[in-house]
Amino acid sequence: MAEYEFELNGAATQVTAEPGTPMLWVLRDTLGLTGTKYGCGRALCGACTIHLEGQAVRACALPVEFAQGKRLRTIEGLEDERVGKAVVDAWIAGDVVQCGWCQPGQCMSAAALLAEVPQPDDAAIDAGMAGNLCRCGAYPRIRRAIHRAADALAQEGK
Amino acid sequence: MNLRHRLWISTGAALLAFGCSGDPEPQPAEPAPQQAPAPAEQAPEVDPFTTVARVLRHPRCLNCHPAGDRPRVGDDARIHPQNVQRGPENHGMPGLHCATCHQPANQPLAGVPGAPHWGLAPRSMAWEGLDDHALAEALKDRAKNGDRSLEQLLEHVSHDALVLWGWDPGPGREAVPVAHDAFVAAFRAWIEGGAASPPAKQ
Amino acid sequence: MSGVENLSRRGFLKGSLLAGGGLILGVSWGARRAQAQDAEPEAPAVFQPNAFLRIAPSGEITLLAKHDEMGQGIWTGLAIVVAEGLRVDPATIRVLPAPADPAFANNAFGVQATGGSTSTWSSYEQMRMAGATARVALVTAAATQWGVDAADCEATDGKVRHAASDRVLGYGELAQAAGDVQIAERVELRERAQFERIGKPTPRQDSAVKVRGQALFSLDQRVEGMLTALVARPPTFGGKLARFDAAEAKAIPGVKAVVEVPSGVAVIGDGYWSAFRGRAALELEWTPGEGGDAPLDSDALRAHFEGLSQRPGNVARDDGDVVAALSAAERTLEAVYEVPYQAHAPMEPLSCLVELRADGGAKLTTGTQFLGIDHPAVVGRLGVTPEQVEFQNSYLGGGFGRRANPASDFVLEALEVALAAKDLGAPIKTVWTREDDLQGGWYRPLFVNRIVAGIQDGAISAWHQRIVGQSIARGTAFEGAMIKDGVDGTSVEGAADMPHGIPNLKVELHSPVLRVPVQWWRSVGHSNTAFAKESMLDELAEALGQDPYALRMQLLEEHPRLQRVLRVAAEAAGWDTEPAEGMGRGISVHESFKGFAAHVVEATLEDGVPRIRRVVVAIDCGLVINPDQVEAQLQGAAIFALSATLGQGITLKDGRVEQSNFHDYPLVRIHEAPAVEVHIVESEEPMGGIGEVGVPGVASAVCSALRAAGAPRIRRLPIGTQLQG
Repeated sequence: MAEYEFELNGAATQVTAEPGTPMLWVLRDTLGLTGTKYGCGRALCGACTIHLEGQAVRACALPVEFAQGKRLRTIEGLEDERVGKAVVDAWIAGDVVQCGWCQPGQCMSAAALLAEVPQPDDAAIDAGMAGNLCRCGAYPRIRRAIHRAADALAQEGK
Repeated sequence: MNLRHRLWISTGAALLAFGCSGDPEPQPAEPAPQQAPAPAEQAPEVDPFTTVARVLRHPRCLNCHPAGDRPRVGDDARIHPQNVQRGPENHGMPGLHCATCHQPANQPLAGVPGAPHWGLAPRSMAWEGLDDHALAEALKDRAKNGDRSLEQLLEHVSHDALVLWGWDPGPGREAVPVAHDAFVAAFRAWIEGGAASPPAKQ
Repeated sequence: MSGVENLSRRGFLKGSLLAGGGLILGVSWGARRAQAQDAEPEAPAVFQPNAFLRIAPSGEITLLAKHDEMGQGIWTGLAIVVAEGLRVDPATIRVLPAPADPAFANNAFGVQATGGSTSTWSSYEQMRMAGATARVALVTAAATQWGVDAADCEATDGKVRHAASDRVLGYGELAQAAGDVQIAERVELRERAQFERIGKPTPRQDSAVKVRGQALFSLDQRVEGMLTALVARPPTFGGKLARFDAAEAKAIPGVKAVVEVPSGVAVIGDGYWSAFRGRAALELEWTPGEGGDAPLDSDALRAHFEGLSQRPGNVARDDGDVVAALSAAERTLEAVYEVPYQAHAPMEPLSCLVELRADGGAKLTTGTQFLGIDHPAVVGRLGVTPEQVEFQNSYLGGGFGRRANPASDFVLEALEVALAAKDLGAPIKTVWTREDDLQGGWYRPLFVNRIVAGIQDGAISAWHQRIVGQSIARGTAFEGAMIKDGVDGTSVEGAADMPHGIPNLKVELHSPVLRVPVQWWRSVGHSNTAFAKESMLDELAEALGQDPYALRMQLLEEHPRLQRVLRVAAEAAGWDTEPAEGMGRGISVHESFKGFAAHVVEATLEDGVPRIRRVVVAIDCGLVINPDQVEAQLQGAAIFALSATLGQGITLKDGRVEQSNFHDYPLVRIHEAPAVEVHIVESEEPMGGIGEVGVPGVASAVCSALRAAGAPRIRRLPIGTQLQG
């Protein structure tokens, strides 16, 4: 076991974990933050997406030691930032969810996308979001919600 | 796991990136097989560049030196799933960067390969489809190779972590089938022999 | 207004028969626990007009949802229907999962279960009554308190008003008094034209908690001192453990115990990661599974099934004389259509948390579609009374049928793990990895269909279909009800009942017995039969030189609901216009689960890769409760079906499942997902299903669109690489 420190949703956080433990299980089992979901364990589905230094990362393939000293954000803290809040608002307003298991990860990817590309076209959405699976098939609404979040952010910025 | 390689978002171009392998294989838990040395390549009568080219054309290298904007994965060099694209800085697209999944080291239990500054080689280093002549020309051309001297290239292929990943690609992926020593030796021999480009195919 | 006889009383309903809806409400044995389940002690002031509703003095309205929320929006739907009768905003109703209790039995099945696209139509009258009953009691309580005629009082937005005296009381303030009201024998229900809530687009009650990651799914459930288990299961179906060595597994930090269970070996750790690593470190030897009609190899199975399809099977339908009609036909067409095993692959893998209790009972926290099956199974295994087993259901991270397991597999296995590791004295959550999920069986069966059709005088004169595929019902508690004369109804649904005007029509079934566990998968048998039927109709249209739309309209003359959705979809898609260069269109129409859906698909082919550009769906499901969620279900169903059409399939090689995760069991991703336009047909017809209805018609429409775009006819799913090079 080893000690690790990182900034999680704005708060300095220390954990004790076996080296190599994926951040997904540190978040879910050690810290009790179950908003980050397990779906595949192989970086294939995106359900465990979090932000590491502002970029989308699959927590199932991120060993805890690579988070050492870094700034992390999970769905539980997404609304604390401007783009994240717009994404969550758009997701709720657009009733994107069905079963909902993948949606925190979808929101994390969408926020990372919008932070870099404020007005993504459909091709940019298809490129930025293709790592996030939705078995319920909510993709049409995911696309719509990203456009709405982008529009809301643009309005806000005026 | 090498903690010295925590710098995982590269700020510069990934030179000679031996990258981008596939999605995970079903049974990732077994260690990578030790690659056998390839004695044929060490035979002196072989043109050293033949050995160099054989390495550069291996999927471990070529998959992320694509001619277009789509990296490839796996020993069968299929298009990278998940709609992965080059992106503005050769590190993927906004929202889905290479580093979204690929960490500075292989994650064998997740089946995800990784190495420091994982990413695509710049377009100027697109080797896909090049014959030996064009490949050698591209290697030597400082306008294409990241402004490196031959000595710097040799240093790079000898020590760069992402290059070395080609010989330690994790389970489910074939390592470059020429021993790294033999590759470096061939590279050095090619340089010392004048770094001539093989003749272009007619 | 229509009067509906109301035989319910305060407290739990006792085997009543509602004249209006003809609904039988089960007898409850678990009333006390059902009340305790909400963690609030039963307070006399809480008004409980029936099993479903509670109104607290605070005014908070709680609905115990008899159907599980697995994405289909049913909790919101149930709340809307209750809200209509209760005259409140559906958003003010808090919805919680029901406990295991016969009072919450699915009216279509007689047991507590969610599936078969039954939730909305089967509970509609019951939920209307539940809300209306409560309202009448609240109004009566107010009128009594004020000493006025109840007829002069009006209930709206959670309050009762007496306009003449300008007095108002909130439902919460009336809760205690309403509990003492003798509920009226008849309650007034609104006519459809008067609905204020039903039929209006209504936000989901679970959107915010799910988006924010606050909703608790089964896998998210945690209790003090909980341990996590992963089970190593045999690599072949029916395989048995021969020997294991846990020494290395036990050396993994965090591993607490390794125990043998009937399904394999469980590694119990302090969290997922230790259990996962511990399981990987097990040394295991298995004996391969034995028995069954054929070796478990997909190519061999397909060949075996194809052979069976050339022999007579059990007869599911026999109209006219198909043999004579085929021999008299001017022309016959023969085709074999195949679909593979399919996994449900809900995004949330399976899990079940078990807390054993000192009295020999247990609390199980899971995400199941099948409380009515799982609960008695656990009771039986523990040998306790029903009251000693408590179930806490959760949000389901997708179900698609997998969580309605006829053998209660993941629930009973978790119970076995807890029993085997009883000495640890800890609650144990058994979890499945994605690999466990995809390789664990319980698939939609592999089917082979052979159809021989005859053409006479420019029309289809004969249709002879043989279906070969494992029976889902065989060996389950449903066998008696579902298998008649050797025919499992789920194997032939959509074929044996095809409504098309074909005078000589025969459908036969072979149900080979194999060790692969099979199960209902979103749209069940229809996922196969609609593909075969609609593909063959398109092949016949091509042979007849007829437009596929016109042929269907003609064959469905007696079936206005099918004709109507077909017309709506065709018009919306511009069926009679020329598609863009390189684009093909396909069309289908199919009835399933009392719902009627038509699809038009537009597709192109690029270097052998199908690109699905647009899907237009028309649906008639009768009365619509929440159109926004009907749209969502039809969009999702189209994409779910696309995955199975384009790339997804479970195959067997040497007895083992070849796929393991989403890299080789590919779901459609966002860049492959087309726009899906949904057209809901305004309908006065009986209510029907929604969630599954949008699946069956997609595959053939895709294949026919590709055919129209110049590709060969696809007869075997998934399309995969069949059109490349």
